[in-house]
Amino acid sequence: MTNEALHLHAVGAEPLVVAADVRKRFGSVEVLKGISLQVAKGEVLSIIGPSGSGKSTFLRCINQLERLDGGAIFVGGELIGYRRVGDKLHELVDAEIARQRRSIGMVFQRFNLFPHLTVTENITEGPVQVLRERPGEARDHAHALLERVGLGEKRDAYPSELSGGQQQRVAIARALAMRPKLILFDEPTSALDPELVGEVLTVMRDLAASGMTMIVVTHELGFARDVCQRVAFMDRGQIVEIGEPRHVLGQPTQKRTQEFISMVRT
Amino acid sequence: MTDSVYEISHLTLVPRRHIGRIVGAVAVVGILASIVYSFAVGQIEWSYVAEFLTVPVILRGLGNTIVMAVCAMLLGLALGVVFAVMRLSDNPVLKHTAVAYVWFFRAVPALLQLLLWFNLALIFPTIGFPGLFSVRTVDVMTPFVAALLGLGIQQGAFTAEVVRAGLQAVDKGQYEAAQSIGMPRLQMLRRIIMPQAMRVIVPPVGNEFIGMVKLTSLASVIQFTEILHSAQNIYYANSRVIELLIVAASWYLVVVTALSLIQIRIEKFYAKGVRPVGGEA
Repeated sequence: MTNEALHLHAVGAEPLVVAADVRKRFGSVEVLKGISLQVAKGEVLSIIGPSGSGKSTFLRCINQLERLDGGAIFVGGELIGYRRVGDKLHELVDAEIARQRRSIGMVFQRFNLFPHLTVTENITEGPVQVLRERPGEARDHAHALLERVGLGEKRDAYPSELSGGQQQRVAIARALAMRPKLILFDEPTSALDPELVGEVLTVMRDLAASGMTMIVVTHELGFARDVCQRVAFMDRGQIVEIGEPRHVLGQPTQKRTQEFISMVRT
Repeated sequence: MTDSVYEISHLTLVPRRHIGRIVGAVAVVGILASIVYSFAVGQIEWSYVAEFLTVPVILRGLGNTIVMAVCAMLLGLALGVVFAVMRLSDNPVLKHTAVAYVWFFRAVPALLQLLLWFNLALIFPTIGFPGLFSVRTVDVMTPFVAALLGLGIQQGAFTAEVVRAGLQAVDKGQYEAAQSIGMPRLQMLRRIIMPQAMRVIVPPVGNEFIGMVKLTSLASVIQFTEILHSAQNIYYANSRVIELLIVAASWYLVVVTALSLIQIRIEKFYAKGVRPVGGEA
């Protein structure tokens, strides 16, 4: 057994996310050229790679913000975007797509908090409007989540009154409020001033320690090394190398990985 | 020695004179005074203005003007939102229908549209559903209905463009964030996108509403008894043309002023969470 397989066995054999030969093109440019990988329940996987390598596009495919041109993605054993009836695949209607998205949280590079709602309302919007939770319970849960991300005193503030790091922590709380099986992070610290990166990474570390399944597109190699069970290096729409951080980041076997890591390190 | 040259704090400051400003102000005040004077001594019986300002016929006309402006604007807003959403749809039939609607009803003058609706009976003597019911068009197409349709439908074409601008002004990330918490399309528009688009939509719609109040005066040509029509009816009888026009103008001023104040309120409401320009966090 390889090291990677041993590790997957340790975190639990059951895969939560399965991507099989995922392909995506924008016009004539093929941005994903057959991505296949599995993420185990409770695993934290980071995807690194140069800009334009397709990392964010792959993440957005999992949440159906982009449509696949080929291949398939399964989350929790359920095929994303289609329903299989016999040997036919039926495209899902809007309501079904919305239902599939509920169990997948997403944290964006630019936070995307709702500016017309307070911090608490940002967090309760999904639970109350989509999951039909009672407003009082949703609010209590939101306040508990705000305490967890260290923003208990900001519950009535508007997003415009917060720093970038605080906004991103609220965005993580908003994703958590939907009680997702999986959270996708799309370069969560890339839009932050350097001194604010740490507070967001701390929250993500706690989340990882609590057993949440996470896929993190990031340039923070330190986070990838310390927190993630596996790291995938993507370049030009393909996964070049995937495995434990100490192998991929420490002793990469592929030349492109070596070049990228030495460039980011300097 | 050189220190005394650079030391200027003990000198007296003589402010600069604004000759141009003084000349301009004198000229404007003079012109305004002469206008007021000429109206005061001109052939206007101000007592008639005061007398007719609150007679029942004028007040009924005022009421009709307000009701028509509000109803036509509500129809225009409803149509505007529907056609703006259609315009941004991926469905080519819906999209081009919306384009055609805006093209046609924005191009044909409002007065002409009023006359078209009012004379609909010339094309369709009866309207209804074959075999189920049928009514004579002249009975249905009263001045009120004709004015409501004519004004409301052309307003919808203008409002559709305003609403589209508002929807497009909302950041793409807001759509994606709403989708990723599992919101279906209509709920996303209602809860997340529209409240933000309103900030862009309200000022021009307030403008259009004020335009609508004045546009209702066109309906006097199809015998709708709005305030200008009422004023005209009175001056046909007593020949106090200018006095009654002043009465109508005064009421338009009152209504539009009230609307402007309401607009400020609504803008404040939708400015929630927006940092004032130049303000600190």
